[in-house]
Amino acid sequence: MSHLLEIRDLKVTFGGLDALSGLNFHVDEGEIVSVIGPNGAGKTTFFNAISGLVEATEGDILFEDESVLGLEPHQVTGLGIARTFQNVRLFPNMTILENVMVSQHCRTRQLVFGALMQTRAFKQEEREIRERAEAALGFFGSRLVGYRLEQAAFMLSYANRRRLEIARAMATQPRLILLDEPVAGMNPMETAELTGLIGRLRSEWGFTIVMIEHDMRVVRDVSDRVVVLDHGVPIAHGSYDEVSTNPEVIEAYLGRPVESRA
Amino acid sequence: MTATINRKSARRVSKVDRFLTFIRVFLVSLIVIGAVAFLAQQFAPDNPFARWRNPDAMGLTADQFKGLLMSGLSQGAMYGLIALGYSMVYGVLGFINFAHGEVFMAGAMTGFIASEKFNANGLWQSNFLLCLVLIIIMAIGISTLMAVLMERVAYRPLRNSPRLIPLITSIGVSFFIQNAVMGLFGPASKSYPQLPEWLSKQRSILTFEIAGTKILVLVVAAVSMVGLWYLVERTMTGKAMRAVAEDKEIAALMGINVNRTIVTTFAVGGAMAGVAGILWGLLFRGVTHMTGFLPGIKAFTAAVIGGIGNLGGAMAGGVALGSAESVAPLVILEPLGVPGVSQLKDAVAFTVLVLVLLFKPSGLFGERLSAEDRA
Amino acid sequence: MSATMNAPISGSSTAPALFDLDWRRIGTWGGLCALALILVSLIGMPVGLDRRMIIEGRLSLGYLALLWMPLLFGYVVSKRVVLEGVETPDPGARDVLAGFCTGVLAGLGPVLLILGIDNFNLREPLVNWGPPLLEQLTFGRGIGFGIVAWFGIGAVLGLLGSALHVLPKDVRRVISFVIYGLLSISVLEAVISDLSEGFGLESLTDEMYARRGGLTVKSSVIVAVVFGVFSMLMKGRVKSATSRYKELQGEERKRASMMLFSGVAVLCIVLPLFLGKIVNELLANVGLFLLLALGLNIVVGLAGILDLGYVAFFAVGGYTTAVLTSAESPFFAPELHFGFALIVVVMMAGLTGLVIGAPVIRMRGDYLAIVTLGFGEIIRLLFMSDWLKPYFGGAQGITNVPPVDLGFAVVTGIDPRSVFYLVLIFCILAIYVSWRLQGSRLGRAWMAIREDEQVAEAMGINTVNAKLMAFVVGAMMAALSGAVLAAKVGSVFPNSFMILVSIIILVVVIVGGMGNIAGVLVGSFVLIGVLGGPRQPGLLQEFQSYKLLIYGALLVFMMLQRPEGLVPSARRSQELHQEEFLQDAWLKGEDHDTEEAAVAAAAGGSEETGEQA
Repeated sequence: MSHLLEIRDLKVTFGGLDALSGLNFHVDEGEIVSVIGPNGAGKTTFFNAISGLVEATEGDILFEDESVLGLEPHQVTGLGIARTFQNVRLFPNMTILENVMVSQHCRTRQLVFGALMQTRAFKQEEREIRERAEAALGFFGSRLVGYRLEQAAFMLSYANRRRLEIARAMATQPRLILLDEPVAGMNPMETAELTGLIGRLRSEWGFTIVMIEHDMRVVRDVSDRVVVLDHGVPIAHGSYDEVSTNPEVIEAYLGRPVESRA
Repeated sequence: MTATINRKSARRVSKVDRFLTFIRVFLVSLIVIGAVAFLAQQFAPDNPFARWRNPDAMGLTADQFKGLLMSGLSQGAMYGLIALGYSMVYGVLGFINFAHGEVFMAGAMTGFIASEKFNANGLWQSNFLLCLVLIIIMAIGISTLMAVLMERVAYRPLRNSPRLIPLITSIGVSFFIQNAVMGLFGPASKSYPQLPEWLSKQRSILTFEIAGTKILVLVVAAVSMVGLWYLVERTMTGKAMRAVAEDKEIAALMGINVNRTIVTTFAVGGAMAGVAGILWGLLFRGVTHMTGFLPGIKAFTAAVIGGIGNLGGAMAGGVALGSAESVAPLVILEPLGVPGVSQLKDAVAFTVLVLVLLFKPSGLFGERLSAEDRA
Repeated sequence: MSATMNAPISGSSTAPALFDLDWRRIGTWGGLCALALILVSLIGMPVGLDRRMIIEGRLSLGYLALLWMPLLFGYVVSKRVVLEGVETPDPGARDVLAGFCTGVLAGLGPVLLILGIDNFNLREPLVNWGPPLLEQLTFGRGIGFGIVAWFGIGAVLGLLGSALHVLPKDVRRVISFVIYGLLSISVLEAVISDLSEGFGLESLTDEMYARRGGLTVKSSVIVAVVFGVFSMLMKGRVKSATSRYKELQGEERKRASMMLFSGVAVLCIVLPLFLGKIVNELLANVGLFLLLALGLNIVVGLAGILDLGYVAFFAVGGYTTAVLTSAESPFFAPELHFGFALIVVVMMAGLTGLVIGAPVIRMRGDYLAIVTLGFGEIIRLLFMSDWLKPYFGGAQGITNVPPVDLGFAVVTGIDPRSVFYLVLIFCILAIYVSWRLQGSRLGRAWMAIREDEQVAEAMGINTVNAKLMAFVVGAMMAALSGAVLAAKVGSVFPNSFMILVSIIILVVVIVGGMGNIAGVLVGSFVLIGVLGGPRQPGLLQEFQSYKLLIYGALLVFMMLQRPEGLVPSARRSQELHQEEFLQDAWLKGEDHDTEEAAVAAAAGGSEETGEQA
């Protein structure tokens, strides 16, 4: 049985420090897997390694049974892995629509000639790009549509910026989306709504999702499986219930109780 | 919305990388062939290989070579002094102060004006050393003032801007100063008065025939470096400078007055450039409003060669560049059959610049960048 | 005003006393102005520019170069930052007095200079120190007069400058219209005279302009009145028109822009027919640099790559054309027709773009700038070297480049109008290409790279390829300009291709607004047309020695004040003044419930729509 994404003995070292080591991980198509762990556990490094922004020291990353180790980030995206960023990194001065249109770059083909000659193929593709962008944005209800499309991204509220991040990732037409702390900084209402949306990303759009999160309610409500990282090493995995009662996990977050330090 | 998977080149080595490797190989072979031809020239003058490339090549006598080397070293020492300013500013603020070459030129100009006055009233001839000290002090004063003013007016407001904005601003400042100086003092070349005999005559040191002025340059440069080392390593100001260069925010939290330290950094860099200006004037005797442009770029190259932010490296880079610029045209290019090599001296410097930035931007001795700039 | 004048010295809570001025501020600004006046005088601008009259017999450009400074500094001294919650009294007598004092202090500059020149001889270092400057500073009427005059002038101008704050908006508008109008009419004398000749209205311009240049006193009064009336009629209309234009989005905006551009294009086609040779020569120059600027606009403005060695592509275009078309090309003289040469030029440009671009593509921005600078210089030095003299003619270059024979017309340097038309065709092409690319997948990729390169990569954009494309397109435009230059001048010399050119084009692109085609157009016409190019004079030939100074100062000013350029595209402006927009919205007491409402309202985008959370 082959997995959609498989990580084998991944090790990432920064200047003598192992940010990740001995990481074995897999995701099957259609799953939603959460990666949790205390701060500094190496979760974002993990995502960076998969997307190619960071080089792995050892180990292998297999997507659809082929290694993506050492590929350029845009090649990784082209293969079908999209991601969002922990500290929302939109293109602030491009409009919302343009943000989502530009992320379709690797799925489209039109070159300079088409643009200059305004060929039918070019116009057709532009139309399709626009439609796909609007569809992705429409996923979030009426917030990011209509007159909003032409507004610059920096004008958005925080919650809307996070939604735009996700819309952008959706527009790259991936099979796997890596969500890096999608609900960070949102209020409870927004969080609840987004939790539902994440489920719909899988059920309606067919994406496989790996998610880094700190908000345990979201993790509980949405994940099929949970993996716990601490200091770059996986220390537990299983369903949410299994993991949340695992003493090692509790120790990683809260520390050992005084009396058992005998 | 399922993805269409498009598997292309699966490795990081792209056409661009291949092209770069090609350039590397090409240049290295060029240098090797040139050097070999040169050596062949030296040892067997009628060697057919040497003759093939350049029938007129005459090779260099040991004396000529030493002469070239000395010129290169002294010029390199000056590049090194200027490079210190580039290095320090980049280490602390993270941008290239394009106008630093003009700070150097200001020092040279000041030296010219002052020395003319001294010459006119006779002090130059009667007590040269006093004049020398005075013009050095004046040049340091003006250069420092100019550097500090630059920082206050043009760079401080841009402290938090992306890196390119202060660079572009510094280009504007450079232009402005060049042309202001031209407007004030005229476009003609200015020459320093005649140097006293005892200074300019050739001396013999360890089989090297070297003009007294060049010795002066090397000595002054060395003294300045020692002074700088003392300042940076042993004084509180220097510690503050190093702290601010590491991480501005944390330095501020530690109670260091970041603004004042940055001003000091500019001032010290400016002072070094001012000294270099005087030395340039003494050695080359001529200065115009454009004098700062080429040495400025070459000094920046030196700073990068030594590792930007690394002060010792900057001086080392300067000396290396000066020597290479002096020696390479005759040692590598001429044997390859390139006529008119003395014109290409600047081209050599620019080529070194391009090569260093392409292939070893962290320099030979390692960069010292601040936390924000370590990309 | 009178209320504050009668206020007790001890100060009421709302209006501070008349003489309770911020002396430190006045001292600083006044002192700076005095120093600036001294500096400008010693650089030689007053004397050098004195030949050019703005208003005959009364105001020369030389004096204007001095007089604008106390005015500006007076304005700045009284400029106030309005902070919410802090009581700031309305502008009044205090500010005017502050301006007055600043002006007086500024006058000290020329006064000291006058006294200095009279008593000391510093001519040795300072070339402009001498009788001509003294003559000018004292208005030819002696030292005493000069001293009194300058204190007086400083005082009056400083006062006027600060008075601008006090005057009602309408009066300010009228004044600015009048000033701009007078200056434009005076500066554009050559153009207007030519046009009137073309239309047979010479008598009008003979009346307007004095024989030795500049407006006559009578006509300047008339022009002032005309502009004053015009400004009053235009009240509000300009503002509403511009705000309506800014609000246009998407399709409507495209149509409006197209109409504007077509209008300008028609103007460009029709006008040269009525203009004389000199002005057409200027236009041809402007056109060449406009083409260069359009190319750099793509590299710097769209893709965000600071290419300081851009002039290298210009050189490649010029030399390729020369080698292929000239009979005197040393090594290889196929003497092709210009048209064939163009094809090769474009290919060579693309190739050079790739060769220069490929190595630098991965470097960080500032290093990239310096490396491209290095490349630019290396190429120029190679073209100039004795080593390559057999191919490129060394320092003497290649001469005898033939004019372009298009069959129905000949484009030659002797007929600058033809050169202008040829360049115009290329410019229109370049504008079309820029416009189309901007709205395409590639243009979006460039903008994404400019915004955040790492994220652009993560979004699937092959940044290496996109950046190379930017280099190539920019290179092609520059090379076309070089080709036309070669045909126009009839020869190419290495010294036409110095780094200076790159930097001046950069100034034009920045002043015009990076990525903004309209801005680049305006910037080229204004800067290159009026001040002149690197080596070519503009309308105001007298600026020849000072224009580089002005370019440098302009660059610094733009970077400090308005990085988005003078003709901002709405979006760039928002980007760089983000903080201000947000603050403005908050200050205006907008609905604070949703951040977006505030920002949207401030940007003037959607006042009419309701808010959705």
